Amino acid sequence: MSNQAASAAERRRRRVPYLLLAPGLIYLVIFYAVPMSQLVVTSLKEGSLERGYEFTGNIESYVDVFTTYLPQLRNSLLFAFSATVMGLLIAFPLAYAIAFHTGRWKNMFLLLLLMPFLVPFLLRTLAWKVILADQGLVVGGLKTLRILPESGRLLETGWAILAGLIYNYLAFMTLPIYVSLDKIDPALLEAANDLYANARTAFRKVTLPLAMPGVISGTLLTFIPAAGDYVNVELLGNPQKTMMGNVIQSKFLVVIDYPAAAAISFTLMALIVALVAIYVRRVGTEELLV
Amino acid sequence: MNKARWFYRIVLGVGLLYLYIPVAMVIAFSFNDLTGRKNVSWQGFTLRHWADPFKIPNLADSVVNSLTIGFLSALVSTVLGTMIALALVRYRFKGRASANLALFLPMASPEVVMGSSLLALFIVLGASRGYGTVLIAHILFNLSYAVVTVRARIVGFDRHLEEAAMDLYANEWQTFRRVTLPMIMPGVAAAFMLAFALSFDDFVITNFNSGSLQTFPVFVWGAAKRGVPPQVNVLGTMIFGVTVLAMVVYMVLSGRKIAAKK
Repeated sequence: MSNQAASAAERRRRRVPYLLLAPGLIYLVIFYAVPMSQLVVTSLKEGSLERGYEFTGNIESYVDVFTTYLPQLRNSLLFAFSATVMGLLIAFPLAYAIAFHTGRWKNMFLLLLLMPFLVPFLLRTLAWKVILADQGLVVGGLKTLRILPESGRLLETGWAILAGLIYNYLAFMTLPIYVSLDKIDPALLEAANDLYANARTAFRKVTLPLAMPGVISGTLLTFIPAAGDYVNVELLGNPQKTMMGNVIQSKFLVVIDYPAAAAISFTLMALIVALVAIYVRRVGTEELLV
Repeated sequence: MNKARWFYRIVLGVGLLYLYIPVAMVIAFSFNDLTGRKNVSWQGFTLRHWADPFKIPNLADSVVNSLTIGFLSALVSTVLGTMIALALVRYRFKGRASANLALFLPMASPEVVMGSSLLALFIVLGASRGYGTVLIAHILFNLSYAVVTVRARIVGFDRHLEEAAMDLYANEWQTFRRVTLPMIMPGVAAAFMLAFALSFDDFVITNFNSGSLQTFPVFVWGAAKRGVPPQVNVLGTMIFGVTVLAMVVYMVLSGRKIAAKK
């Protein structure tokens, strides 16, 4: 092969990754980046649906986010945080048991873990309405145990919202934790044992650090959707205890107020990006993606 | 030691019970012989909802919309996602880190934000909301997941086979068609199925961009205010059954292939 032909082939080869990337990335720019910037532009507009909206650089919508909608902001963060912590407490033992104590039935248990999430999301959430109903077994049981007062109920309380959030996102928590636990080389635990570490020390010094990437992606994959959720609140909670998602939804689709909705939406995104950035610093995007 | 074994059995048992009680509820209430509108308390067993699951015309239409949108969005996102995954794993090039970030951001965005930002764009463009806008939205949120799924498959794959094909005078396209694609096919198929499932089940992003179009979740949401008809539970149970079956078949088939290779 002549030198010229070789360099032409080399040049062509260098173009290949860009050609492969182009269609998808252009799609992301048009339908992700542009809409995101549109959100910012909209949030700085003034006006009403009848008169139309005009870009004035008005930041009043953002002032509202931290004054009028502060309770919703607080609820979003509080519910998402509680759901993440409680989800982790349920998911970790479950993932650990599947990874280390199911032997040759491991794949079957993994399948059993994922299957419930094939039931449509809204139906899963509505099922909790039946489970936590006022005449239901759960409320009855809690009343018998005197945990709940005689007139107490779970539906339309924060507990019902939390129950829905934890359940709906449990697969996103359990699966990444399982994946990092499953990767752990048993030789490492044997080595810890040989070096006179007891089971607890081995868990703390070997298993837990190696499970951290899974724990971090799991908590992110729960926190992010939970912070933006409005479905669980709407179906299981009450109108007095709403989250940012509810305000975004209602201001965009019901009582039309685009600038306010856009400002809340962008604030939520910014908060989450800030949070994720702290995590990404620690583990790097590559690991989070795989 | 034995105490530990019992502990993990209990963890698994309680965990699975917790996971499956809501599933059992959904299935059970598809057989509920209810009289009123609210399908929330047990009133007796019947098969009549199963005999005619498409009794409600809007419900049937919404399922058809969800199926076609699921198929089309999965197809487009899997093709685009596979191309991106190939580029990211096989090539070292400038801008690779930014491409990774661009793919990560949509996955880090809450659905309300993604849905509402798209709506903001469609409002500015004056685009009427409906089938097209929902399809655009679904391809968008499926894309990153498709990349991640295919990429996981490409990472562990032996490049020497491609080099061998090239040595035997196969051109790049032939190598891709005859060597690369068959090897990454399980990942591509998994990406397609995941994308289809995500699309079929999406409510939040769809709700922002659907206008008057009804998909299955949009129908359920609308019905939830008045009381969900038991036919919805019948369809939910069918969806659950079909996808479980598909998953089991896929796992058995890919398990057999791995066994055959060994």
